[in-house]
Amino acid sequence: MAEGTISITALPAARIPARRSPMRRWLGHRSTMGFLMALPLIAVVGGLVVYPGIYAIALSLMDRRMTHFVGLHNFARLLERNTFQLVIFQSCLFAITAVVLKAIIGFALAHLMHNIPTRKQRAFRGFLLIPWVIPLALSTLVWWWLFDPSYSAFNWALNKIGLASVPWLGQPWWARFCMIWVNTWFGTPFFMIMYLAALKSVPEQLYEAAAIDGASAIQKLYLVTLPMLRNVISITVLFSLIVTFANFDIVRILTNGGPLNTTHMFATYAFQIGIQSGDIPLGAAVSLFMLPILAIASYFILRGITQRSKDAY
Amino acid sequence: MSTASAIAAAPPSARRRHASLARQRRWALWGSYAALAVFILMFLVPPFYMLMTSLKSSAEISAQTGNPWIVHHPTLQNFIYLIHYPPFRRYFWNSVWVTACVVTVSMVISVLAAFSLARIKFWGSNTLATGVFLTYLIPESLLFIPLFQVLGALGLINSAACLVLVFPTLAVPFCTWIMIGYFSSIPKELDEAALIDGASWMQILLKIFIPVAFPGIIAATIFAFTISWGDFLYPLAYLYTANQMTLTVGIISDLIRGDVFEWGKIMAAALMAAAPPVLVYAFLMDYYVAGLTAGATKG
Amino acid sequence: MSQVSLRSVVKAFEGGVQAVKGIDLEIEDEEFVVLVGPSGCGKSTTLRMVAGLEELTSGEIWIGGGLVNDVPPRDRDIAMVFQNYALYPHMNVFDNMAFGLKLRKFPVAEIKRRVDKAAGILHLGELLDRKPKALSGGQRQRVAMGRAIVRDPKVFLFDEPLSNLDAKLRVDMRTEIKKVHQTVRTTTIYVTHDQVEAMTLADRVVVMNQGEIEQVGPPQELYHKPLTRFVAGFIGSPAMNFLPCRLQAAGGGLAIRLSDEIILPVPPERTERYARYKDQPVTLGIRPEHMTELRDHGRPNVVRIEPVMDVIEPMGMETLVHFWIDGTLVCGRVDPAAPANAGQKMPLSVDLNHMHLIEPEDGRVV
Repeated sequence: MAEGTISITALPAARIPARRSPMRRWLGHRSTMGFLMALPLIAVVGGLVVYPGIYAIALSLMDRRMTHFVGLHNFARLLERNTFQLVIFQSCLFAITAVVLKAIIGFALAHLMHNIPTRKQRAFRGFLLIPWVIPLALSTLVWWWLFDPSYSAFNWALNKIGLASVPWLGQPWWARFCMIWVNTWFGTPFFMIMYLAALKSVPEQLYEAAAIDGASAIQKLYLVTLPMLRNVISITVLFSLIVTFANFDIVRILTNGGPLNTTHMFATYAFQIGIQSGDIPLGAAVSLFMLPILAIASYFILRGITQRSKDAY
Repeated sequence: MSTASAIAAAPPSARRRHASLARQRRWALWGSYAALAVFILMFLVPPFYMLMTSLKSSAEISAQTGNPWIVHHPTLQNFIYLIHYPPFRRYFWNSVWVTACVVTVSMVISVLAAFSLARIKFWGSNTLATGVFLTYLIPESLLFIPLFQVLGALGLINSAACLVLVFPTLAVPFCTWIMIGYFSSIPKELDEAALIDGASWMQILLKIFIPVAFPGIIAATIFAFTISWGDFLYPLAYLYTANQMTLTVGIISDLIRGDVFEWGKIMAAALMAAAPPVLVYAFLMDYYVAGLTAGATKG
Repeated sequence: MSQVSLRSVVKAFEGGVQAVKGIDLEIEDEEFVVLVGPSGCGKSTTLRMVAGLEELTSGEIWIGGGLVNDVPPRDRDIAMVFQNYALYPHMNVFDNMAFGLKLRKFPVAEIKRRVDKAAGILHLGELLDRKPKALSGGQRQRVAMGRAIVRDPKVFLFDEPLSNLDAKLRVDMRTEIKKVHQTVRTTTIYVTHDQVEAMTLADRVVVMNQGEIEQVGPPQELYHKPLTRFVAGFIGSPAMNFLPCRLQAAGGGLAIRLSDEIILPVPPERTERYARYKDQPVTLGIRPEHMTELRDHGRPNVVRIEPVMDVIEPMGMETLVHFWIDGTLVCGRVDPAAPANAGQKMPLSVDLNHMHLIEPEDGRVV
């Protein structure tokens, strides 16, 4: 009887069944199928993102006719231009100011929403999200109409209460103000939603413990809310920085870089130079100036997200 | 001792404090409502004005008498004009079929890839997953110039079909990311039970993963739809003839002719163009929000 | 011919961890075999290899007379019940059970017949159109079993199916599983860490430890004739007492010296068996149920000891007494009416007919 402990049978090591041809076995393998399923994705990402990305770098190093290699000449040319220096300034100013505003207002809104009962939250959220839902190009069109030099409804209201009309898009600083305002209007709902979701995930007991310890409302914010939300805040801010930095729609429709090229940003300037003027390599060079910022922000976002998934367990 | 009797038995100063605590909370609540209402008003200014303007005749707009914030002689003229205006119908139709194709293509690619990346480990799958996410962070304003060359070489410039090729780059990374999150949360035993029941991997995907992760599919589809419907840069860069244009480009490039700004019509057009995403949002708001938060909060 | 056959099955994970170190097992048709052992002993891994959910590192698995090493799970003619039930959440009970049959293109009438029959056996009749989230834990487990029954496979595989249920439900479901086996009579391999389940359900029990089989046999055999210290200590609750002692000569035979005061005579029939361990340190194994209150067992080889009680645990139908013998805590089971008080001496009867002598180095039972 085969009772008892281990018995080493005298069978030869595995009666190997007849093997199918190597190709058929490879096809039948689970991991092969996985690879095939991911192939369309690889094709899309490889062919339409990675390849153009590299191609952009190659383009930026060529001359206007794309016949020969000129090294970093395009970049040098750009940096000499006053317009381009303004582009750098404008992009940074726009991105940083808008993101800071969006984060603060979004954060405040999230707190306000968190204060009201959950059932009512849905209704308020429904309305507050609308700026994000309307396609940006179309809502920017409305803003353009609202800022129109002759017909501005805002100016009408200002006049009504005795203030002078504002040259919304006619003056560089006012134009910048308008752009930041529109972007803030558009992007704040996103921050609000993200922060609201994060606020809900903070355990109520932490606040209760802080209250028992004697913390005031402000202290609770500093000692409980901000530390718990640190990860979400950094991820959303970095992500928004990238997106705002690379913004095209608002600039193009509101000012198209005007007045007098003072409000151009990388995207619109690249468009003007590359597509409208036809100097493709120079346009590519303009776009590529965004790369360092994108790379740094992406790196931190990725780190933040992997950190987050580690915290989750 | 119940709270009420505790309060009643407490000294007068404590009672005052407790009463003011309750009042404080009520103030906070109503203050929040008020502040939120103010924000809602501010947020809804543009859509409201869009609606108002779209109901005004050109005469009323250029006359500039009275309060521009309300419409004095409402008319549906603008809408009627646009509905019968062939170029506008063309833009709408182009947006529709391009978006339909893009959404289909993007969802197929994303779902297949997400299933593979979430469940099947193959060589390089982790790198690919990270790479997909990084792709999402690459803005279109970086890619549109080299893509211009690529599309030119393929002979697709000035053809709406080029958008079907290019828009998926905007949708697929994020949709894949969302779906990976949803698919990963399905317990592995479900796969194993299905394997033993006799399902092939394709059947597991179609009969189990997709139904169970359906909210994720809806969220991802909404995202792909919204991105494809509202994109402006790519159509502006690649489409020049009116009969190829989608709504965003069409309205902005075409309806705004020279110095004659027919704002009533423009706003009406913008309203009709903004309607589909807003309607999708209105009916599927919870999925919309789930899609938004899925990216960054699903660790 | 065996229904399931494992031959030299080895499973090593990446990093060199050997979860299963060479298992040989023959399971007969209609047999209910339980793989039991502590966490990490390799029982679940073995089951999953039989199911085809894990690949073998080496060895062979035969099901129904055919080698199945390279055969995918769906073609092995098996069915599995998972610890977490693994019910498809978007399908109702009927569709959950019918899923496998639909995939195999069974005719609709046949599917209905089988599902209804399984539902009858498991009392699921009224629940057929409910979704899993509307079911209790016990009901879900029955649906999982129903899903296995309708397939009418060669082998049922159970992977710790009762671990997620509360204690009372576990007892009820245990009985259900046994009744189902009596009705359906399919060969079953059942994995659990609970030795009570093993003892009550199994035709044969396979005790596993650290990737190897310690002993295979019917429950009673494992109880009365354990081959290793591990099996002796694993089967039976409360666990067997292990006391280090010395074997010494006494009269014409042998005696066990537990301490200076306690020297127990070895039953004469075992003198020869234990002879070569004379004067060596060994371990005495004796179950609590064989250390009772003072009474006449009607047999020879029952001795009296009178230790000082340390802790008394009244269990209702019996009382557990704990006392020290030379530095080892010992447990005995006495009649609830017997006078047992902590801190006082209490006379106990030790039935040495059921003693085991264990070699201290390799744990083998002599």
